[in-house]
Amino acid sequence: MTLFLLKRILQAIPVILIVTTVTFFLVRAAPGGPFDTERTVSEEVLNNLQSFYKLDQPVHIQYQDYLKNLFQGDLGPSFRYPNRTVNEIIADGLPVTFELGLYAIIFAVILGVVAGIIASLRPNTLQDHLPMSLTMIGICLPSFLLGPLLVLAFGIQLEWLPVSGWGYSPGDKILPVVTLGSAYAAYIARLSRAGMLEVLGQDFILTARAKGLPQWRIVTVHALRGGLLPVVSFLGPATAGLLAGSFVVETIFQIPGLGRFYVQAAFNRDYTMILGTTILFAGLIITLNLLSDFVTAWLDPKQGFVKK
Amino acid sequence: MHQRVYHLKPCKTLTLLLSLLMALSGCTNDHNTNVITGALTQTLHIGNGAEPQDLDPHIVTGVTEHRIISALLEGLVGKDPKTLKPIPAVAESWHISDDRTHYRFRLRKNARWSNGDPVTAQDFVYSWKRILSPGLGAEYAYQLYSVLNAEAYHKGRLQDFTQVGVTAVDDHTLDVTLTNPTPYFLAILDHYSTYPVHRKTIEKFGSMDKRGNRWTKPENYTGNGPFTLKSWALNRIIKVEKNPTYWDAGNVKLNAIHFYPVENASTEERMFRTGQLHITSTLPAEKIAVYRQKNPDQLYINPYFGTYYYLFNTRRPPLDDKRVRQALAMSIDRNSIVTNITKGGQRPAGAFTPPNTLGYTAPTQIPFDPVRAKALFEEAGFPAGKNFPTLELVYNTSESHRKIAVAIQQMWKKHLNININLTNQDWKVYLARRKSGDYDIARAGWIGDYLSPNAFLEIFTRDSGNNHTGWSDPEYDARMQKSQRASNTNKRMEWFGQAEQLLLEAAPIAPIYTYTNVYLRSADVQGWHPNILDHHPYKYVYLSGSHD
Repeated sequence: MTLFLLKRILQAIPVILIVTTVTFFLVRAAPGGPFDTERTVSEEVLNNLQSFYKLDQPVHIQYQDYLKNLFQGDLGPSFRYPNRTVNEIIADGLPVTFELGLYAIIFAVILGVVAGIIASLRPNTLQDHLPMSLTMIGICLPSFLLGPLLVLAFGIQLEWLPVSGWGYSPGDKILPVVTLGSAYAAYIARLSRAGMLEVLGQDFILTARAKGLPQWRIVTVHALRGGLLPVVSFLGPATAGLLAGSFVVETIFQIPGLGRFYVQAAFNRDYTMILGTTILFAGLIITLNLLSDFVTAWLDPKQGFVKK
Repeated sequence: MHQRVYHLKPCKTLTLLLSLLMALSGCTNDHNTNVITGALTQTLHIGNGAEPQDLDPHIVTGVTEHRIISALLEGLVGKDPKTLKPIPAVAESWHISDDRTHYRFRLRKNARWSNGDPVTAQDFVYSWKRILSPGLGAEYAYQLYSVLNAEAYHKGRLQDFTQVGVTAVDDHTLDVTLTNPTPYFLAILDHYSTYPVHRKTIEKFGSMDKRGNRWTKPENYTGNGPFTLKSWALNRIIKVEKNPTYWDAGNVKLNAIHFYPVENASTEERMFRTGQLHITSTLPAEKIAVYRQKNPDQLYINPYFGTYYYLFNTRRPPLDDKRVRQALAMSIDRNSIVTNITKGGQRPAGAFTPPNTLGYTAPTQIPFDPVRAKALFEEAGFPAGKNFPTLELVYNTSESHRKIAVAIQQMWKKHLNININLTNQDWKVYLARRKSGDYDIARAGWIGDYLSPNAFLEIFTRDSGNNHTGWSDPEYDARMQKSQRASNTNKRMEWFGQAEQLLLEAAPIAPIYTYTNVYLRSADVQGWHPNILDHHPYKYVYLSGSHD
């Protein structure tokens, strides 16, 4: 077990390094620079800006410097926001993105698993078709459509919930969480339905039924652990996707998370910001995948991590 | 088999979820919106587009930043909120020499920084030295280039700042010497790039000419404007509060202003609709018709000091032929574009300078004249578009730019029988291509920084870095020079007119429309006067509550 973990962690280091290197050179290869603006900046001003941010030095020196600072945890100053460092911006936005992602995944898991179980208990009946067609809609509706629709219904027509913000007024977190979590809830519902159906058809469930156990015990004690395996392995990449992909929801609901900086950094050619956020999200994806592999292994008796 | 016992029913779960939602939201339904409480506490809530880059007047370049900085700092000269004419601000009076190259400003003795220090003439000398310091890399330093030797100092050709034409005679007297008479110089003094900064604060948190100075953090900020920086929550809200040390604090009616960096125009509109904002920065085009019909009193469409136009790359054949450019410019039906596409009250532009700029309107206009355009094309050797190469039209990715480009592509096809390829590009790529002259035709927009035709016409002079068309004409430069030296306003405007006439004849550009500012404003907001620069000095703004 420890070996497994250690191996995975060691594997992560070259991955991060490759991501850093590729991103570092790619952003510099992209046409247009951080200081290109509608109003042309004079040669003198441009030179001064480049020398302040050390962009006038040979690329390999810039790369060395960047790696050196990276190892010390310094992601450099933001080109776009001169009085802030990338570390500060991440420290400010990441907790919000985390919170949003966490609530969304909790929402998605609860809704998805419950819907999946309900559907799996009576396959090919209304009780199956209704939640499954709802989840199909959930998968198909992109958040940039679902968000404004929810706002229109609950924010503007019914006036139940605030239309924007994050923690400014009570209830303003509900709509963004629902918007972000819905598509994932839909996936999870389908995954848990399929997983449950498979497990419920197995012999040990039949044995349990033969023993005369009530349905709820069969579902919660016997079937759930195996039935949720596909959901758990999906959760790692899903959580990473939620965190890195919160841009749209953050924009619709005016949420001060990191997603907006991540995307805009690319438009602004804010090199340090692009690198900082990319490395961060790469690290997050690796960690979450690792975590989900670990939990999958732990849940799956065939992997043998749990003592018999 | 196993379909017997069922405890969970989908409708039950749904009911449960819905009631939870309602319980959670119950307390928000009290209608205490920002607009209502704002009127009671004199707190203005403004949608402000994007997160400001910084609040350092010598670093920033955008409208977003301007809107906040103009609350926090004040220059020598202010502007009348209705007419935009220069009015006394930190300077209570000024004297201009007969040759109009020497200005003497008398600073008010009661002008104070927010920490109580007096605002002195030395503060201005220091501040102008700072923005002109080569090391700072200030993009707006050129605003002060009309000051004697300022350009040489900024470009590093001159090391001794005392030779630059700004001197503090005593604490409250500032002398400024210009290279040439500059009629719009007073207007520039209300541009944030010429605003003062507090020396001790700057030097406490960094050096004068280094970027990344922490003085603009709310706990460090020292300003001299009607408001002070209270808090700055990244991507959330910037709050400013009335500054008690401001010399005219008695006339400042608002107690606070909250700026929200809302980038998504639809989100901003929803915030306005639910009473979270008094004023929006913009309005999505598709909402204009709705507001026109349902809430016309909240919809504001004002002419704006900007022109939407196309650039022709005159270095490339066949665009090096004036007749081809004229024909292209003449076959754009501008009326159709503003009525069918932009729909925000924009005015078709036959000239580059927006009409009625300080009373100036271009003497000629590029007409919509397909017949004449065809004739010109024939003269240039392309009868009915024959042999004309397929050109590329570049624009930065945006739905409205695309629609306009498609319309113009069709107009050129219809009237001149030529083919144009449309290419949309990411903003930075588009800018890089424009700058390096790697285009045939490119979309462009220009917003004037100060109220004078010069703010527009100056960019087509030979030395301007913003002229990406490859076109220049010594005669044009000479006429622009003459406008600077003209003895009176009428003469000056006449020279502008002659210069612009030359520009429109040569047609390195095809003006398309004059911008408008489209935004929403609550009826509570008073003292907010629509004007062409969209500048609204906050000291005159107040809120009247009309909610019962």
